[in-house]
Amino acid sequence: MMEAFDILLTASFWVAAIRIASPLIFATMGELICERAGVLNLGIEGIMVAGAFAGWVTVYAGGDLWFGVLVAALAGAAFGLLHATLTVPLGLSQHVVGIGITLLATSLTYFTYRIVLPEVTSPPKIEAFQPLPIPVLSDIPVVGPALFAQTPLTYLAFVVVALTAWILYRTPLGLAVRAAGENPAAVEAQGISVAVIRIGAVMAGSALMAIGGAFLTMSAFNSFFFEMINGRGWICIALVVFGSWRPGKALLGAILFAAFDAYQIRLQQLTGGAIPYQIFLMMPYVLSILALILVARRATYPKALMIPYQKGER
Amino acid sequence: MSKKSSHSPFAPISRRRLIQTAGAGAALAAVPAFPRRLLAADPLKVAAIYTVPVEQQWVSRIHKAANAAKDRGDIEYVFSENTSNNDYERVMREYAEAGHKLIIGEVFAVEDAARTVAADYPDTAFLMGSSFKEDPAVPNFAVFDNYIQDASYLSGIVAGGMTKSKNIGMVGGYPIPEVNRLMHAFMAGVRELAPDTKFQVAFIGSWFDPPKAKETAFAQIDAGADILYAERFGVSDAAKERNILAIGNVIDTQADYPDTVVASALWHFEPTLDKAIAEVMAGSFKAADYGVYSFMKEGGCSLAPLGTFEGRVPADVMALVAEKEAAIKDGSFTVEINDEEPKSS
Repeated sequence: MMEAFDILLTASFWVAAIRIASPLIFATMGELICERAGVLNLGIEGIMVAGAFAGWVTVYAGGDLWFGVLVAALAGAAFGLLHATLTVPLGLSQHVVGIGITLLATSLTYFTYRIVLPEVTSPPKIEAFQPLPIPVLSDIPVVGPALFAQTPLTYLAFVVVALTAWILYRTPLGLAVRAAGENPAAVEAQGISVAVIRIGAVMAGSALMAIGGAFLTMSAFNSFFFEMINGRGWICIALVVFGSWRPGKALLGAILFAAFDAYQIRLQQLTGGAIPYQIFLMMPYVLSILALILVARRATYPKALMIPYQKGER
Repeated sequence: MSKKSSHSPFAPISRRRLIQTAGAGAALAAVPAFPRRLLAADPLKVAAIYTVPVEQQWVSRIHKAANAAKDRGDIEYVFSENTSNNDYERVMREYAEAGHKLIIGEVFAVEDAARTVAADYPDTAFLMGSSFKEDPAVPNFAVFDNYIQDASYLSGIVAGGMTKSKNIGMVGGYPIPEVNRLMHAFMAGVRELAPDTKFQVAFIGSWFDPPKAKETAFAQIDAGADILYAERFGVSDAAKERNILAIGNVIDTQADYPDTVVASALWHFEPTLDKAIAEVMAGSFKAADYGVYSFMKEGGCSLAPLGTFEGRVPADVMALVAEKEAAIKDGSFTVEINDEEPKSS
């Protein structure tokens, strides 16, 4: 029993938790931005696949790692533009469009993969981002390695959270985004185009989702697999609700989920097979649902979420 | 042309037409409306249906054997990769309708449906990777699987000789029979030289989530493992980053991990496929379990050459490997087949 508790005090556990959380943080912030502007983006899973591939293949073709991140973001933004065109000016069902984008993005990714790599005998690898320990800070026990000995993309994830929070709550742009998700008519009354705000938010959010996907192929691993996103996008939709549509709380949610995941793979080794492995794999999801029930009951969602806005209509 | 078009996953019908046209043109065959006489020299029309891309480890071995048969001129070979299980039955029917004589693939997730399709096309031979045995009621449906426990056992002996902490980590996808039996054979091999070894067994609930496999492997290294059994992609990467050793499975990945992968249990699909081709050509194909053609004495599996680890594995360990390999081949020793889910010890 003490062993199960001791795991929580080891540095490697927290390093793993932050590493597992990183792609979720990017994608959760992306989804949060979309939803704060009033658009539910169920294209997240497919956009992450596209981003994972776009970033990886750029580096595979000889591009710089950061250039790969940029290409992933652009690929995400392109799918975001498609999503937004269908859901914002045309006002189509956000559920249907989102699922459609996921199917399109995953299939198109595979299609492109086969065109780029018609004859490979094993999945090719790239030189991925390496951990970059920050001097002094990374020497702090437990917290140091967990937060300050990660790859540059993980640091970027935290920067993105801070930036998202700052823009949403401290800038006129953020106010317009939030208002577009609460009361679009009020935004229009200010002479700001709701359509432009929403399209921009979905594109920016989708770009972040794609970087989340790229984290898996360019930092957590160094090769692209077709099914490697493996439902992480859907988790992020739940994390936005868990975080009550607030960047800080969503960040905590992502880290909590990742910590559960890192914990279960360690706990699995302690029980000597007495408990079926499925129970452990289930644990992060069950605990997240419990947390969701406790936390999200008081959450107030953006009032205009999923409601298309047509100028002049009432 | 057939090569290029066969990579499109989206339009099996038009692709097949393209290939047929190309094949007919190349062979200067008679008017397509006439049924061609089946001559012994005619290559057998073989189609494969894979649920994953052809570079994934398990399927890559089948693809390699099929390409080899094609290059010898024994078969005409087309395939559909990344076919989802929902579409599997439809693609089987399309290939059968198109006149392919032998259809190979993997039906682990569509066992019943695949047998139903086979019953509808009694003149087509089906050779499918399956967790179950052959069924006499469907005489044209034979099964195979990678029964490479002989090689896994030998790789286990190497691992047993190399582990210092007597703690070995194993990461698998799902505990299905083909995974379980190889893990058990590997563990039996380890125990030959290190009977008190502690095994950490974990399943990640996914076939292709290398980041998750890697995280799980890291956890096992943290818990003391100094050798990892790499059933999934991602495990050898964790071993490489932490400077410990790994044992490969199905394919040889030593080129990617020259200082990490000591030994690998390789699967060779050629004996299985060649047997099926011969049976179909002779008109004697019937429901059977082709699993035995993956056994070592049939040439269906082998221990990969030590390569970069030549001279780094103790000589007495390799002597035991050679002794057991000879015993397996002459039939005096049989590696136990145990399909139960392995547990951590």
